[in-house]
Parts: sequence; C-alpha cells; structure tokens
Amino acid sequence: MNSIFETFGFDVLLKGSNMIRLFEGLLVALKISIISVVISIVLGIILGVLMSLKNSVINAISRVYLEIVRIMPQMVLLFIVYFGATKAMNINLTAETASVIVFSFWGTAEMSDLVRGSLISIPLIQYESSEALGLSKYQTYLYVIIPQTIRRLLPLSINLITRMIKTTSLVMMIGIVEVLKVGQQIIEANRKTSPNAAFGIFATIFILYFIACWPISQLSKYLEKKWEN
Amino acid sequence: MDFSTITSYLPLYKEAFLLTIKIGWIGILLAFVLGVVSAFILYFKVPVLSAIVKVYIELFRNTPLLVQLFFIYFGLPKLGIMISAQTCGIVGLGLLGGSYMAESIRSGLLSVSKSQLESATALGFSKSQMFFLIVFPQMFTMSITAIVANVIFLLKETSVFSAISLMDLMFTAKDLIGLYYRTTECLFLLVIFYIIMLLPVSIIGTIVEKKTRFGMYGD
Amino acid sequence: MEDILKVEHLHKEFDGFSVLNDINITVKKGEVVVVIGPSGCGKSTFLRCLNGLEEIQDGRVSLHDEVINPNKKNLRKTHEKIGMVFQSYDLFPHKTILQNVVLAPVKVQKRNKDEVEKEARKLLERVGLVSKADNYPRQLSGGQKQRVAIVRAMIMNPEILLFDEVTAALDPEMVKEVLDVVLSLAKEGRTMIIVTHEMAFARAVADRIVFIDGGDIVEESSPEEFFENPKSERAKRFLDSFKYIK
Repeated sequence: MNSIFETFGFDVLLKGSNMIRLFEGLLVALKISIISVVISIVLGIILGVLMSLKNSVINAISRVYLEIVRIMPQMVLLFIVYFGATKAMNINLTAETASVIVFSFWGTAEMSDLVRGSLISIPLIQYESSEALGLSKYQTYLYVIIPQTIRRLLPLSINLITRMIKTTSLVMMIGIVEVLKVGQQIIEANRKTSPNAAFGIFATIFILYFIACWPISQLSKYLEKKWEN
Repeated sequence: MDFSTITSYLPLYKEAFLLTIKIGWIGILLAFVLGVVSAFILYFKVPVLSAIVKVYIELFRNTPLLVQLFFIYFGLPKLGIMISAQTCGIVGLGLLGGSYMAESIRSGLLSVSKSQLESATALGFSKSQMFFLIVFPQMFTMSITAIVANVIFLLKETSVFSAISLMDLMFTAKDLIGLYYRTTECLFLLVIFYIIMLLPVSIIGTIVEKKTRFGMYGD
Repeated sequence: MEDILKVEHLHKEFDGFSVLNDINITVKKGEVVVVIGPSGCGKSTFLRCLNGLEEIQDGRVSLHDEVINPNKKNLRKTHEKIGMVFQSYDLFPHKTILQNVVLAPVKVQKRNKDEVEKEARKLLERVGLVSKADNYPRQLSGGQKQRVAIVRAMIMNPEILLFDEVTAALDPEMVKEVLDVVLSLAKEGRTMIIVTHEMAFARAVADRIVFIDGGDIVEESSPEEFFENPKSERAKRFLDSFKYIK
C-alpha cells in the first residue's frame, strides 16, 4: 500500500507542511483572481452601459480595446506591463500589481461585452409595454429592464470568475510564488527522498484547480438553465 | 526603439513564430476531431463512453492549460509515459481544446430541431444521408461562432508553451530580454508576431460567421 | 378502384395512455380523405402512424399488400412512396428553394440531377414560385414556404400524400394560396389524406370525411352528409363550435 503511494509520488504531500504550502500557493492565485474579478465587474458594467448608448466615439474606442483583448494573449499583456512598463516609464511595479492590472484589463473587456450583450438583448417591446402601463423611466429600469438583464448577466459573470482563476495560473511566469511554483519547490527539495513527487504534486494541483473552478461553473450552468425562459 | 536590433532579432522570432503556429494549428486540429467525436458520443448518448466524455470535459474545462501541461510533461514521465515538449504542447492544447469544441458542437447539434429530422425521414433519407446533408451543415452554422472563438482562444493559449521549454514566441522574447535587456524591441516584436498570428483569424472568422449566418437567417 | 392504404385495428399509446383505440380505414386510389376532429383527438398522431414516424402498439398499416407499420426494415422505401407535408413546413434552412426540392429525388431516388431540376422548376412554376428558386427559405413568406414543402413532397412521385394541418401555422391571408394548391392536386386525382381545421376547405376537397374524437373514428361519411346531417352528437357539437352566430 505504502509503496503504491510512493510510486505515484503522493507520499511527499504528507511530509512536513507541504499540503498546507500548496494550499497557500493556491490562495495567492485566488487572491489575485478575486481582486481582478471585482475590478473587472465594476469597470465592465460601467463600460458596458456606455457601449450600449451607441455613441460613435465610445464605440470606436471600445472596439479597438475589445479587439486588442480578443487577440492578445494575457501572457503577452503580462510581459508588456511587467517588463515593458518598468522599463519604459521607469515605474517599479510588483508582479502582483502587474497581474492585477493585466487581468482587470482583460476582465473589464470581457465583462463590458457581456453587459452590452445583455442590455441590447432586451427587446424594445419591453420598454414600450412598460411605458404603456404608465411606468416612469426610472420604474421601467428598476422593475423591468434591470432584473431581466441580471438574469442574463449573472450566469455569464460567474463563469468569468472561473476563467479568471484559470488565467491567474500564468502569474508564475513572472515570478510570483503561487501553487505551481510551490509545487516545483517541493519537488526540487524532495528530489532524493521522493523521486516521483512530480506526478503526485502536479496531479494534486490539477485536482485543486478543479475543486476551485468546478462548483463555480456548475452554479453558472444551473442559473443559466433556471433563468432560460 | 532600435531598428537594427529588431532586424537582427527577426530570424529568431520568425523561427519561433513558425514553431508556435505549427504546434498551435496541429493542436487545434486535434481539438476539433476530439470535439466532434465527444459531441457525437454525448448526442447519441453512447453508454459508458458518454460518462467518460462528460468527466473529460469537466476536468479539462475547469483547469488551466499550464497545469495540464505540467502534469503531462513533468508528471506522466514518472509513470513511464515520456513525450517530447512539442508533442506535449500538441496533446495539451488538443485535450483542452477538445473539451471546449465538444460543448460548442454539441449545442449546435441540439439546435437542429426534431421536426427537421422528421421531415427528412419522411422524404426517405437514410440515417447517414440525414446526418451529412441535413444535420451537419446546420450544426456547423450554429456552432461556427463558438468554434471561431475557440480557435482564437487556443491560439492565444499557445503562449504558455514556454513553461515547458518550447522555443515559442514567449520563450524567445523572455530569453532575449534576459540576455540583452532590449525589452522594448523584444516586446514590440512579440506583439507584432501575435498580431500576425491572430488578427487574420479574427477577421476571417468574423467574415465566415457573417456569411454562414446570412445563408440561414439573413441577419 | 384498387385499395392503396389499409389500416387495421390500429392502436397507439403514449406512456400507457391510449391515443388511438381501434382505427380501421381503407383508402382507395385517387381518393381524398379528410380527417377532422377537436384538438388533441389524435388525428395528427394517426397521420404520423401511417408512415412510421410513430411506433404503434397494435394492429397494422399496409400500403398495397406490404406491411409498413409495424415494420422497421423497409421504412425508407415506404417513405419514398408516402409523401408528407408538415404544419411547420420544415424546409432545410441551409439550402435554396430549388435545392430543397431536388435533394431527396437525387440523393434518395438517385435520379438524374438535370431532369429532376427541370421537373422541379415545372412544379415550382405550377405553384407560382419558380422566380424564388434560388432564394433561401428565410426570404419566403409562410404560405410560400408551405407551397415549396408541397412541391418537395410531390416531386418524389408518392403514391399517397399526407397533409398534417398544413395551414395551421399560417397567417389567414396565406391560407387560401396553400389550399388552392392542395385542391388542384385533388382534382388531378392524387390520393391524399388531409388533417385540417378549415371546414369549408374540407367540404370542398374531400371525397370522404373521417371524424375522430377521443381516439375513435366516430363518424365516416360523405362531406355533404357529414356537414348537413351529422349523425353523432359529438360531431354535431364539434360543428357547432365553428358557428359564431346562432
């Protein structure tokens, strides 16, 4: 039994505080995700509403912005902000700050597109029939438009959280010590005593990410189904 | 910005670019095949296999590519499964992409209405004719938006290949920055090559999407 | 005239709930049978049992002497001989009008494409839609789509045509253009079974009226007799529901 455990390299997890260190590593990534998601949602809603107003200047700018985000890998953006900004503007950003900036830049674009999509998907007749019922503009938005928008928007925004969590795994590439980096350190430190640690550690990280993301995407799916009609 | 630096780096970037699109597109092809197969297994509710496909899709949709690559590249060799960095990149991208493609194609399949199938049956089409002449083209039209989005997403994901020491664009940029500190030039070239890689796909994708949708819906 | 279609003791259930009880009917060559009855009486299900779209629990349906339901093997051949037009027209959205019409004869009956196209244009001409041959279904009105669907079924040269409430989804002003096509088919002697809610049309087109209620054939008679002098209480009540002024 013990030997099977060692063959797959899971023994290393029980040594010292290794499992706790992995968790802490995951929390580093999760913290960056949560901060970025909150910023993205706030800025995304503002931008999305602005975009739905059909102002040509705002539209032109936001289209360029969305296209940049659509085709530039977050990894490239991360490099530009972390290495480029430091060099070009002589500001010293910590890797964490650079990550939050990049992921918020990306998330805001995604969120604004979702907000705009949900807003324009509300049929005109909803506005007209509210007016016909004598609701004021304020009441129309409060009781008719916003609740419908939220129903369309919420499942998609929740889904954005899982995408954000997955994306933050990139931060190890600019030197942040998160779960993958911690994993590598553990493997390195136990090279002699647990030669197969790489399997056990990376399998564990795989599962940890799954545990973090899966319930959230299930919730998103559930809400989407529930509010379909 | 120093242009002589840029010209001297250009060949290195070109090589990295070719490697990146090669692995990227082979991976996407694999993803598409895997996605089509998985979608049909789910659509026809094939026993046992559809349960496996469901687990596969959930596992790979809910974990980052970087983690998947680390597991395949560093973890699996401990079980004696040894593959090269290139193959690992292709397999990783294929597995990740397959889980996304499967969902897109499946929802396209589900959007072909039951009455379409009935009227095809009433006209005497065989099962395979019905599939290739009626279901597949409609499925494709319904899924094309999602498929294009997946392709763009997967091409962007190639940027993490450098983590398993593939000499792709990111790797080259990082390497050169580390060696010569020509940060601005290196990042400039990096952006340019990613634009070359992705902008045409984005534009062509939009056109194809419009054309196919127009055929069916006229909007 | 020879018998084409024979239905004997047909029994159909959905999840143990009986929809059609014991249906017996014979259709002769060139005959137009119109099936009417209240919503949910089972008349559409009856039609779908005739070409095997629905499984049946008992009895049998045969075309000439060949059993077609229950029979899994030769259903494809059956479908070539029995044409069907649906309420929702269901043209293939990714094909043009002409392609919609020629697809089945070319792919299923393996007929020559040029000849089929020639015939398709002739038939489209007849229903006044030859100018739309290269348009897509979405560019047509409901009535036009339904006329194309009829052509699509006719070009297979079926021995019998089934019409399942073909005007139920149409705007009122388009009903006539579709019914006129069906009427002209009746006049040239095609064998047809028509399920409809249009009473005036039923009377004009039918050789025989079959009134179904609650899964049973309640009454079966000539159109004059049925509309002037219905025998059963249920038929009387059904016909009364179409009168607004007493």
